[in-house]
Parts: sequence; structure tokens; C-alpha cells
Amino acid sequence: MDQPALLEMKGICKEFPGVKALDNVSLTVRPGTVHALMGENGAGKSTLMKCLFGIYSRDSGTITLDGKEVNFKSSKEALENGVAMVHQELNQALTRSVMDNLWLGRYPKVGGIMVSERIMAQRTKEIFEQLEVNVNPKTIMSTMPVSQRQMVEIAKAVSYNSKIIVFDEPTSSLTETEVEHLFKIINMLRDKGCGIIYISHKMEEILRISDDVTIMRDGTWVATKPAKDLTMDEIIRLMVGRELTNRFPPKTNKPAEVILEVEHMSGKYTRLKDATFQLHKGEILGIAGLDGSGRTEVLENLFGAMTKGGGTIKLHGKEIKNHSPRESIKNGFALLTEERRATGIFGIRDIKENTVISNLKSYLMGGICLSEKKMKEDTDWAIQAMHIKTPSQKTQIRSLSGGNQQKVIIGRWLLTKPEVLLLDEPTRGIDVGAKYEIYELIIDLANQGKGVIMVSSEMPELLGVCDRIIVMSGGQVAGEVDAKTTSQEEILTLAAKYV
Amino acid sequence: MSNSPAAKSELNSKRIGSLVLDNSLYIIMILAIIYIAIINPNFLTPNSIINIIGQTAAYLPAALGIAGCIVLTGTDLSAGRIVGLTACIAASLLQTVSSANKMWTNIGVLPIPVVIIIAMLIGAAIGCFNGFFVAKFKLHPFIVTLATQLIIYTLLLLYVQMGNNNGMAISNLDASYTNFVKGSILNIGGTPIPNYVWFAIILTALMWFIWNKTTFGKNMFALGANEEAARVSGVNVFLTTIMVFALAGAMYGFTGFVEGARIGSNTANTGFNYEQDAIAACVIGGVSFVGGIGKIRGIVVGVFLLRLIFVGLTMISIDQNLQYLIKGGIILFACAVDMRKYLAKK
Repeated sequence: MDQPALLEMKGICKEFPGVKALDNVSLTVRPGTVHALMGENGAGKSTLMKCLFGIYSRDSGTITLDGKEVNFKSSKEALENGVAMVHQELNQALTRSVMDNLWLGRYPKVGGIMVSERIMAQRTKEIFEQLEVNVNPKTIMSTMPVSQRQMVEIAKAVSYNSKIIVFDEPTSSLTETEVEHLFKIINMLRDKGCGIIYISHKMEEILRISDDVTIMRDGTWVATKPAKDLTMDEIIRLMVGRELTNRFPPKTNKPAEVILEVEHMSGKYTRLKDATFQLHKGEILGIAGLDGSGRTEVLENLFGAMTKGGGTIKLHGKEIKNHSPRESIKNGFALLTEERRATGIFGIRDIKENTVISNLKSYLMGGICLSEKKMKEDTDWAIQAMHIKTPSQKTQIRSLSGGNQQKVIIGRWLLTKPEVLLLDEPTRGIDVGAKYEIYELIIDLANQGKGVIMVSSEMPELLGVCDRIIVMSGGQVAGEVDAKTTSQEEILTLAAKYV
Repeated sequence: MSNSPAAKSELNSKRIGSLVLDNSLYIIMILAIIYIAIINPNFLTPNSIINIIGQTAAYLPAALGIAGCIVLTGTDLSAGRIVGLTACIAASLLQTVSSANKMWTNIGVLPIPVVIIIAMLIGAAIGCFNGFFVAKFKLHPFIVTLATQLIIYTLLLLYVQMGNNNGMAISNLDASYTNFVKGSILNIGGTPIPNYVWFAIILTALMWFIWNKTTFGKNMFALGANEEAARVSGVNVFLTTIMVFALAGAMYGFTGFVEGARIGSNTANTGFNYEQDAIAACVIGGVSFVGGIGKIRGIVVGVFLLRLIFVGLTMISIDQNLQYLIKGGIILFACAVDMRKYLAKK
């Protein structure tokens, strides 16, 4: 490792309100190597990359490229300086052609005004030949499979003569032959002297293709080692290895009889298929899995927020349909959504309205007029019971911290007196202290005899709070484990089952 | 830490700056009003004020209706034509029996409450139509109401050709109708207050109640603030959307009933562009196109300020043609200032 580094990120720190996302992280990429970046969901990999590309501004730390300190303000500036990223979710103009996408923002001009389609097509062809990609430059993006669209993205990086190319989960939607092709291209780029940063969850791939491996955990750097010195078990141990003391309140809930049976549930428009599981009264059932494995789909299909393709749901042995959220609420379900800002809170409305919105019919006087007094009382109850820190009921919810917003939404649902609570990432974007309070709330709810299903991408959280955990993989239930006896290693292995 | 007092004072001047900017529209309008009052002292006499209140009352119900559509991040471009159609229908049903060109010779003068209900039901039905397309096909209200605006105009042109009317202005209204709308039961300082001011007050109270005290109102604001969250929270998004547009339609229908008598001689041009004033009044009054924000008292203030400015401008003999420029400028300015508050600073 005595070559001069191509890219050096040193002591990068980034703090979001209440969360330390990156704490003194360093990453050194040598020219002509593939450097794998690994870590669980939320370990800080994407945040680190966003700091590199200037999408987030870092709080401290330096980035050196080719010996010069750089400070990109946007991914466009990074791209122009030879740092490119092939995104997990491709950001492309799907209704435009391949070459339009490739040269977007720097169309070759004739006479300074007119865009030259001819030069564009020709240059596109040259790059594609170099990469051995067989795609007509005039094809419309939306008509091509994801793998080919990804190739366009790679071609774009190559066309900028990028020295550093970041691949974020590049193989998640590729077939085996496509993966082989991708690896061939990556090897070619490596031989040209590029530095490749490769982000993936798939251990076999990492061990096969990378030269160095950096492992992150909870926003900190854990280790950087040559790939040939590592084994799969070693990587998992490094990714997981953290202590679980006192991060979780004591588990006092006692699961009783089965209240909910879900059989062969599938999504009509999603990849969820054939999900079968049961939920007991007073139980906390966890759902684990990688991003995109169908965790959220289980909850949203169950709640009717997504259209079901098939399967049956039985509550207390009686079949129910849950076609729409309205129907599900009537059946005693409640859903805390994953994207709090996008689908949870009414940002510009106040605490009171955010609290009572799902329960309005119980405040009606004479069938028309809402009782201001009752709404105030219930909001007060929620503020007290959930320990919501707010100046008043009239405060706009968007001015509260993430944890307090989450408590308001939990309060909103408790007012509807649900039997089954579906919690999707209940502690996402919440600081550690508030997380503990949310855990207490969840266990307390189970103690009151409610059934709780909780999706989380943080495995320690599932192990610390849940009774049983089902693991999703590729839209299917890959297995069910007992939270008391299982290990993160076992869950990770199950999560990779159908990837 | 030595520079923290400086930072603080900078923050304060910044805060004052943004406070001035947030309220700049009001500041400019008040300056304009003071200026007008100095040039023409008749501007702020009781007589003139009551005239302005009267105009406010005439335009208010339509603005109250359209405000609901704006709360849903939408708009309603068909408002003016609905006012025109219902005004012509109301007038044609309430022409004097003795009139030579009575539109419907075989119908006498209908009872006034019946005509009010007919006008409001027609408005509500068209509103339902608008709302259905918005809710069912997820079309933007802009495009739906643009289409209905055109469709209704044809209906309106056809209607004034019907019966004995042959496209003439519908006039010779029955005295019971004009007295009911334009008559007065109260004088202030010798100036009579027209009855339609009381109607506007009643409707304003009713709308305040609907917006603030009913499930429908709460659902409307939730829907405007975050549609997806509203759906997950169990709000009936489909029905709520349709009801907002239907309620708006009913308001235009009532405006049509009042305008029928207030104008007295109605053609297919009655109500033309009323939505412009209504939308302008709403944005002045702080009903935000961001969605989920708006207050009834803001709308009342908005309509009043807009009327005040227009009456004032005529009083200092500003060219009539300039009023569209001023209206357009106010809408742009108000929206830009409003948007400033909600934009996430990056």
C-alpha cells in the first residue's frame, strides 16, 4: 500500500440535527484498484459518498484528489474533475435517448448554437465500442432494461475521463451474465489506472473483485484491509461487532394467543410474493431484510396502502379485506409510515391537527360540529403520554425534532385504539436518547395487549425490541427466527438468501 | 465566541428584513391607500367605505369558494363562467310577468328561496364534475377547470338564446328579486347598506364553521398539507376533493344569484374573469398555493384590500386599462412573497 493515493478522504465528520452520521471517517483509494466500502444499512456509506460529491457539506475533514485538496460543491463539479458515481437508483431522463442522456449539459455544438446529433452519436458509439456495449445511441432510455441503462451511466463516467468511479450497489438488478459483463468493465477501468469505489452488500462479489476493503459501522471507520486477508465471517464480524448494553429497555411484554394470520399475501404492483406469518397478542414481531427486500411492502399491503395481488388476512380468525387505509383503520390497524416527512406528518399544520386527524369522528357533537375541547384533551393526553416536547399544541409540527414528530404520529394512531400497530422504521432519523423512549413506548404497547409489527433496517434494534423476527429477501419471506436465540450473522445470511 | 454579539445583531437585522419582506405587499398597499386618501379626500369618507364594503360583499363568496381549491394546491378557473351561468338562470327565472321579452313566458316569478337553491345546486353540480375529474383521474385542477370553463361558456351562450330571449340581455327583473338583493334594512349615517352585505356575512360565518369546526374542514387541510399522509391516516381523499369543488361551485352559484340582481341586465359576459379577482384576493389573504394553509379572515381582508385599491385607483383617475397590470402584478408579488416562507433553504 505504498503507492501514492489517488483519492484520500481524511477525518470526515458530518452531523445532522441530533445524529452523528459520520465520525472521523477516512478512506484512501489507490490508483488501479477496486476499493470495497461495506457496512450495514445506516452505517454511513452513502453519507460519506454524498460528502465526497458535495451533496452534503461536511463539518470537518479533508478530501485530496491526486495530491490536490478538493472541495466539490455539486456532483456536476465532481464529475468535471474526474469523480463519477453510478447510482443505485439511476437518475436519468427516461423519455430521452441514450445519447441525450450521455451528453446532457455538454452537448457538442455546431457554430456555437446548434446541437450536433451526428457528433453526439459518433462519440457515443466510440465509448460503447471501448466498453463492448451493444446499444444504439438513439434508443429511448425507458425502452431499455435497467442493466443497459446502468451501462449508459458507466459510459457517462468514462466519457468524462473519470479517475474515480463510485459504484453504489451496481449488481442489485442485474442477471449473472450482466454481472460478468460489469466485472469485465470494472477490471478494464482498473487496468486503465482508475480508482473504483465499490459499495455492495454481497460478500462473494466483494471478495472476488476488490483489492482493498473498508468497513464502516455506525458512522465510524472500523477497518481497512486487503481483500485477500479477509473472509466472509470476518467481514460480518467487523460489520456487526457492537455492544448491546443498555441501548434497550427491559422487555416485559408477554405474547399470548394469535390475533392476526396472514397467508400467501402478495403485492399486485410490487415484488412482494407469498408472505405468510402470524402475529400474537402482546407480541412485537420484527421484519428484517436489506433495502428493497420487501419489508415496507409487507406493511403497506397489509394496511391497504398498496394494492394486494392475493392472499388472505384473518383477524381473530375472521377474514378481513383491508382494501384501503380507511377500511384497515376501521378493522383496528394503524400504520406508521417509513417516510415521516413525505407520508406521515402534515408539516405546516399544528400539533393538535396532526394528532386528531385519524380520530375526528369521535369528536363530533350532534353529528356536525367538532368539539374543540375534546380535541384539546386528547392532544394533551398524547403530549403527556408520549412525552412530546413542544411549546404548545399550536406549534407547527415541522418545527419539532424527528423524535417528537414520530411521537405525535404514534399518539395519533393510539387515539384510534388499534389492535395491530404496523411500525415502519419507527426510529429512523431519531437521536439515541429519543430512540430509547420510542422502544419503551413500543414495549409498553405490547404490554397493553396490542400486536406490533415493526420493520427496521437496524438489526440490533430488532434483536433488542422484538420477540420474533421474520427476514425478507427479494420480496419473499426467507425465514423466521427467535429474537432471543438468533444472531445478526444468521439474519444477514437469511437476508441474502434470494438476492 | 467574541464575535457572537455581532452575529446576534446581524441575525436581528436579518429578521427585521425578512419581516418587512414577508409583509411587503401589505405595506405597499397601505402606502398606496394613504397616498390615494391624500390626493382625493373623498376616498375614505363613510359613503365611499360603504361602497367598498358593498363591492367586497359581492366578490367575497366566490373567493371563499375558490380558497378551498387553493388549499388543496389546486385552483378553479371555471368560477367566473359558473357565476355567469347561474346569474343568467336566476335572472331569467325572476323576470317580471309584465316584461315584453320575458324569457320563460309560461313560468311566473318563482319564489326567491327556490331560485337560490337552484343556482347553488347548479353551481355545486358543476363543482362535482370538476372535483370528480380531479379526484378520479388525478388531473391537475388547472386543466380540468380550464376545460369546464370553456364547456360552461357554450352552455351559457346556448342558454341566453333559449325561450323568448334570443341572446338579449336578461333584464326587467321582478322588484321582489332586486329588493331582496339590493334593498336595505339598515342605514348607517344616511347611507343604506345593501342586503347582499348581510348575505356575505352569513356565508362567511358558515364557511368559517365548515373550515374550522367540521371533519370535512380538517380533512381538507390535511389533504392540502400532505395528500399521501392524509390517505394513510384514513381521510377519504376522493370524497373530500369532490366536496371541496362542489362547495366552491355552490358559492359561485350564490354569487350568480346576487350578481343577477346587482347587475340587473345579464348577458353571457356576466361573471367573466371573476376567478381572477377571487384568486388574487386569496393569495393576498395568505391562502397559499403550497397547500394546507389559509384562513377565512385572510380571504375577507384580501377581497377588501383588492376592492379598496381598485376603487382608490379610479378615484385618482388612473387609466382603467392599468387595472389588469396591477392585478397581475399583485398576484405575482403575493405568491412570490408567500413562497419565500415555505421554500426549504439549501
